[in-house]
Amino acid sequence: MHAFEYAAPASVADAAAALANEDAKVLAGGQTLLPTMKQRLAAPSVLVDLRKIDGLSGISREGDALVIGAMTRHADVAASKVVQDAIPGLAALAALIGDPAVRHRGTIGGSLANNDPAADYPAAALALGATIVTNKREIAAGDFFKGLFETALEDGEIITKVKFPLPEKSAYEKFRNPASRYAMVGVFVAKTKAGVRVAVTGAGSSGVFRHAAMEAALAGNFSPAAIAGVKTDASGLLSDLHGDADYRAHLVGVMARRAVEAAA
Amino acid sequence: MSATGLGASVKRKEDIRFITGKGRYVDDINRPGQAHAYFLRSPHAHATIDKIDASAALASPGVAAVFTGQDIADDKLGGLICGWMIHSKDGSPMKAGAHPVLAQGKVRYVGDHVAVVIADTLSQARDAAEKIVVDYGVLPAVADPAKAVGGPNIHDAAPDNTVYNWHLGDKAATDAAFASAAHVTKLDLVNNRLIPNPMEPRAAVGDYDSGTDTITLYTTSQNPHVARLVLSAFIGLAPEHKFRVIAPDVGGGFGSKIFIYAEETVCAWAARKIDRPVKWTSDRTEAFLSDAHGRDHVTHAEVALDAAGKVTGLRVHTIANMGAYLSTFASSVPTYLYATLLSGQYNIPAIYAEVDAVYTTTAPVDAYRGAGRPEASFVVERLIEMAARETGRDPAEFRRQNFITQFPHQTPVIMAYDIGNFAGALDKALEHADYKGLPARKAASAAKGKLRGAGFSAFIEACGIAPSAAVGSLGAGVGLWESAEVRVNPIGTVEILTGSHSHGQSHETTFAQLVSERLGISIDNVSIVHGDTDKVQMGMGTYGSRSGAVGMSAISKALDKIEAKAKKVAGHVLEAAESDIEFKDGKFTVKGTDKAIDFASVALQAYVAHKFNGQELEPGLKESAFWDPTNFTFPAGVHICEVEIDPDTGIVTVERYTAVDDFGKLINPMVVHGQVHGGIAQGIGQALMEGAKYDEDGQLVTASYMDYTMPRADSLPSFTVDTIETACPSNPLGIKGCGEAGAIASPPAVINAITDALGHEDIAMPATPVAVWRAAQKRPRLAAE
Amino acid sequence: MVQVAMTVNGKAVSANVDSRTLLVQFLRENLRLTGTHVGCDTSQCGACVVHVDGKAIKSCTTLAVACEGASVTTIEGLAHGTKLHPMQQAFQDNHGLQCGFCTPGMIMTAVDLVNRKGNALDEATIRHELEGNICRCTGYHNIVKSIAQGAREMATQPQAAE
Repeated sequence: MHAFEYAAPASVADAAAALANEDAKVLAGGQTLLPTMKQRLAAPSVLVDLRKIDGLSGISREGDALVIGAMTRHADVAASKVVQDAIPGLAALAALIGDPAVRHRGTIGGSLANNDPAADYPAAALALGATIVTNKREIAAGDFFKGLFETALEDGEIITKVKFPLPEKSAYEKFRNPASRYAMVGVFVAKTKAGVRVAVTGAGSSGVFRHAAMEAALAGNFSPAAIAGVKTDASGLLSDLHGDADYRAHLVGVMARRAVEAAA
Repeated sequence: MSATGLGASVKRKEDIRFITGKGRYVDDINRPGQAHAYFLRSPHAHATIDKIDASAALASPGVAAVFTGQDIADDKLGGLICGWMIHSKDGSPMKAGAHPVLAQGKVRYVGDHVAVVIADTLSQARDAAEKIVVDYGVLPAVADPAKAVGGPNIHDAAPDNTVYNWHLGDKAATDAAFASAAHVTKLDLVNNRLIPNPMEPRAAVGDYDSGTDTITLYTTSQNPHVARLVLSAFIGLAPEHKFRVIAPDVGGGFGSKIFIYAEETVCAWAARKIDRPVKWTSDRTEAFLSDAHGRDHVTHAEVALDAAGKVTGLRVHTIANMGAYLSTFASSVPTYLYATLLSGQYNIPAIYAEVDAVYTTTAPVDAYRGAGRPEASFVVERLIEMAARETGRDPAEFRRQNFITQFPHQTPVIMAYDIGNFAGALDKALEHADYKGLPARKAASAAKGKLRGAGFSAFIEACGIAPSAAVGSLGAGVGLWESAEVRVNPIGTVEILTGSHSHGQSHETTFAQLVSERLGISIDNVSIVHGDTDKVQMGMGTYGSRSGAVGMSAISKALDKIEAKAKKVAGHVLEAAESDIEFKDGKFTVKGTDKAIDFASVALQAYVAHKFNGQELEPGLKESAFWDPTNFTFPAGVHICEVEIDPDTGIVTVERYTAVDDFGKLINPMVVHGQVHGGIAQGIGQALMEGAKYDEDGQLVTASYMDYTMPRADSLPSFTVDTIETACPSNPLGIKGCGEAGAIASPPAVINAITDALGHEDIAMPATPVAVWRAAQKRPRLAAE
Repeated sequence: MVQVAMTVNGKAVSANVDSRTLLVQFLRENLRLTGTHVGCDTSQCGACVVHVDGKAIKSCTTLAVACEGASVTTIEGLAHGTKLHPMQQAFQDNHGLQCGFCTPGMIMTAVDLVNRKGNALDEATIRHELEGNICRCTGYHNIVKSIAQGAREMATQPQAAE
């Protein structure tokens, strides 16, 4: 990797200040950033490591919401009794990210901020209608994801926690890329008081998206049968070595039905 | 059988250092004052190099040197060689394009070596390499071997990109068999290109001693002596007596570490050039780009049957991708390691094979676990399975009907099979696989909406690669014997020096078992010395499943001499005639008396030399041997794979995998089974997951584990592995090679299982989920069901 | 250059390192603990797995400076003197290794697995949990057997806290 300066500030404010440097980047778990830097595809001038900042990790129930600190590791989300009770689909999703060692380092905040089109957490955030809390404001998940590796985060803005409203039912089904184990198609289905939401990751050529036709079909009848005939338009989907858009479109249906079945 | 002798599943001696983190691989070696090399590689598949400006790199911090092909040329270093001459049908020699150590004027694949930067640290070398400015004149690329002829010209020496048009067998007799056939099964197939991926990436440390004018090269090699020979005799780096090559612990090879590559050549050369140790360790991306790849055949094949179901002829046309340059043994793989096995386990009167080897703008292709034989078994076993299905015959019984049953058997394609029991393996495999229960399991799968199928592979291969005269007559530039030296120390411990090289094969244990068996001493008192040209005088190395059949046979022969000499010493000590001395269980006794002396005492007496006349009997106890066998060994077996397909996703689950192999006598069944497991996993990888893909521009799309699918624990089942035994008659131990069999047998077994489940034959390797999903939507065949 | 201090295999260590030094480089190059290996660039192969504060992580995807104050255990720190850790012994007993290159990462992953999931591990669990560790030699068959045995025996042989 290219040389960089390393900073490990003790507060969010100091971290934000350090991020004022040109080409500074936040280091959370580093599970995506460091491999990218090793391949010299990213070359930040300053790495601002959040690990010393108190209060950025932890899991709690706050009323009708589950609140997860940005630096909370995937493994801790997966193993949390609180998460398993409140949103079992979210705990299951966390257990499917990367591999056990990656889950010990990778963080929810890092995953959301990176917004890899094949990442898992964006599907949960979008389907559950999460609120992404930063050092500056609160952002609804629907407004947060802005396409491939793009988010609503501004320069110097740091995710501090994520608030998930508790759904009635939820589940995540993932078809893994055979090589990388990232999501080739991941479908998160949530039935909430506000209605049913279906979010798809891994497949969209502009990142995570909601599946309106499935949401409509499931609104009145939350069962796999309700979406058996719902087609997914392949035109906006990714094609690569491991599957073309038609295949991904088909898998969206399969994963959605399986998720609904698991949630129901 | 003793607890540590031949046939015992002795736990491995070498494990202790590996499981405690004390293995010593090349990247673990650092020399004082060492600099680090970083190779600037071509980003283009095919381009002229019009200009290289390295001035900024040379001025970069920590940089000791930057070298290009011009520096290599100025030093009059030879190019990398291909050591096996193949002649085309018309008698002309293969067209070998020049293979410079660093590119000269042209690059021919993405990853080709443009320059090397040597600096105090690797980061500095890499930073500096980014400052080298290269003007390329980009030329069209061609990656697909089927499009190579007529594509952009890659080497002046091969105007239409053809390396050779080779053939084997009797064309007229084969055509006649087809003309009178009752049924012909035809098959077009691609044997997918694979990237070997030993977990230890290649690495090299060159170290030059100016006081003695000697180069030492630490390198990840399967055959350090061959490396020294090539680097010395052909590349001209240094004469052999001034050049030491050490291959310490090596983390897997699978063929890819046989070859002599640019990187180790440069490290050794540059170390002398800058009088400083030079180290290079490949990262995984470099390994994907520049390790020699495997397979990559495009084949049309046909088999002819008579009305009774007897196979009467087989013909094959294959286009073999050699990549951009001929790697060290590349030319032999699609010829003498491939077409000579096209008879499979079957009595086929007429076979004819044509092979066109072509250049493409891709990484060089050479031997990868199995090397030619997996390609042959895939052709034969897919054809046989399809022929059975097309003619309504049970695939197991159809095979049995055509099995060779009399040995020795001369095939129409050079090989003379010495011994085997093909039906014995089939019977045992059918039982282990519960083949009778298959219809019920198919029905159970169908009830869940899944597709189930079973596939066979009755493979045979030729390994224990040797004899020298035979391979020489086929074009090999080297002999394929092996050497051994047995050094008995005065206190009776033993050092075995072998030209074989273990990079996972367990030689420290299995070779010690042989010594333990023969000399009656503990395996703890035996050490195996290998991988160092200063210690072992000469050797041919490990590949082609040859360490047991050839390497251990050499040790056995040297042990014969040790025993003979020790008997003489014992005779003097026990004051008996040599002919009255018997040796058993580590004790020398005088026939018909209770006089005895143990092996260690005889060893001491051999060195003390008080009890015999040094003029009549030389002191000491050390013997060496070279072993050159009379034939290849022919392991064979039957593998049965059973899969279940989820037609919704295309995911194939290997539900059962049964292997029954004949490796002759087993030295260590635990180790043999381990070799089979690993081979099967690589074969399942080829069948279901692995495939190197180049795009239209010649960029390698699968250049990391993010895109190249490696078999992982959760993509494989546990295997059922068993053996039968017909002792090999061509070596003193009765053993056959076992290292490659799994990788040779398994791909057709898997694909035959998938096609059985799908009900049609239209699926290529790798049968990835997307490919199987598509295939599952096609209507099943109706014939012969 | 950045000063970093941590505990490795129970010993306090410190060094001045380039900030881009990965934990695996720190272990291999500064401390000469070469049992931890590098097999890929993309955090996939698991040859570099060590424990940081008792949890398995990929040391090729962790900065050394980010381990300031941490307690690190490598393959070299697993045995008690000449007494092998039960997981190490299980790998030898079951021929769970061939070339040995992936083995340190496999063993460190396996110990972590037992720490998280207990001593009675079925084959499916073991196979699933190994998804971040690639072996090219064994076909995993004997690795799975090794881990099942090692897990059982870890129950009967108390381990020192990391």
